Amino acid sequence: MSDNAESPTETQKCDPSTTQQPTEDSGTTDEKKKIDVLLKAVGDTPIMKTKKWSVEKGRTVQSLSQFISRFLKMEPNEQLFIYVNQSFSPSPDQEVGVLFECFGSDGKLVLHYCKSQAWG
Amino acid sequence: MIADDKDVLRDVWFGRIPTCFTLYQDEVTEREAEPFYLLLPRVSYLTLVTDKVKKHFLKVMKAEDVEEIWFEYEGTPLKWHYPIGLLFDLHASNTSLPWSITVHFKNFPERDLLHCPCNSVIEAHFMSSIKEADALKHKSQVINDMQKKDHKQLWMGLQNDKFDQFWAINRKLMEYPTEEGGFRYIPFRIYLTMSDRPFIQKLFRPISPDGHTHTLGDLLKEVYPVAIANEAKRYQVVIHGIEPLLETPLQWLSEHLSHPDNFLHISVIPAPSD
Repeated sequence: MSDNAESPTETQKCDPSTTQQPTEDSGTTDEKKKIDVLLKAVGDTPIMKTKKWSVEKGRTVQSLSQFISRFLKMEPNEQLFIYVNQSFSPSPDQEVGVLFECFGSDGKLVLHYCKSQAWG
Repeated sequence: MIADDKDVLRDVWFGRIPTCFTLYQDEVTEREAEPFYLLLPRVSYLTLVTDKVKKHFLKVMKAEDVEEIWFEYEGTPLKWHYPIGLLFDLHASNTSLPWSITVHFKNFPERDLLHCPCNSVIEAHFMSSIKEADALKHKSQVINDMQKKDHKQLWMGLQNDKFDQFWAINRKLMEYPTEEGGFRYIPFRIYLTMSDRPFIQKLFRPISPDGHTHTLGDLLKEVYPVAIANEAKRYQVVIHGIEPLLETPLQWLSEHLSHPDNFLHISVIPAPSD
């Protein structure tokens, strides 16, 4: 597994296409609704320059995965696998907030992504 | 494990729901489609046990009128990646049997259902659930120590409805150090019919910090108190079609009433009004 040299992490809005909400940058309510997700590429899957993303808790794994696919400009027929703890792929309808609560550490959720099956 | 408790595992595994499959009225057929009756295993998945249903309806349909099969109950698309017993408890508990499921071959509801092109998709989903459960129970140590063939045996046991084959391996996933009195965390999911969220899942230990045994009631009090709050019973808390006593230790429930995916699937449904 290639863990590329860390570029300076920066927090970005996960989906550039969504319109800014008024509460977006106003402290506590925002923090409650969003979590930090660290995205790491596995194997020869392209890395994302920005690794740390601020993601809404209610967002599903499927929608996050679609975002990554678009970001990496993947072909529609290419598959993307997402892994938690480098061991299991969460169900596509699972909310990232739930994964964060159960499997997050140091205030963030680490997800690995891969274009081929990496673990089991 | 005492003998009576082992019977519980069998009763859970062999739980069946009599079901009547009917073809959706707008599907195009060459002649009339008769309904199809089947006993569905509670612990399995819809798309894994309905080959016969599919074949039955394909006999009266033209190939060009057939797309991916999906199932619906009273307007609700049924998620194949939920165990069958959970789907029934959640959507159809208080209706009369047989359970009446409508079969569709068109207009796949992309927003509600995951695609299921083949059994290997079900296998991947099932194994992922087991791995997630073991991450909660044993920090993934037990599942990671197993060999590939053990993983395969868990899946084959479910697929072929072989209780002994499945439990020969699954019992290892149910072990824990005696001094700890239970798993690290209990893998559970609580489903609410009245909610937009798919389910509630949190970290919850079988034993409290001061050494008390956590019960089903303790879990609900912590994560969804509304379910047990009211004097006039508004909700039913259902696992495998029964309402376990709220005093039941959570660790025992996890070992005996979990689905083969190693999760305790708990439905909170509105109590029927008399």
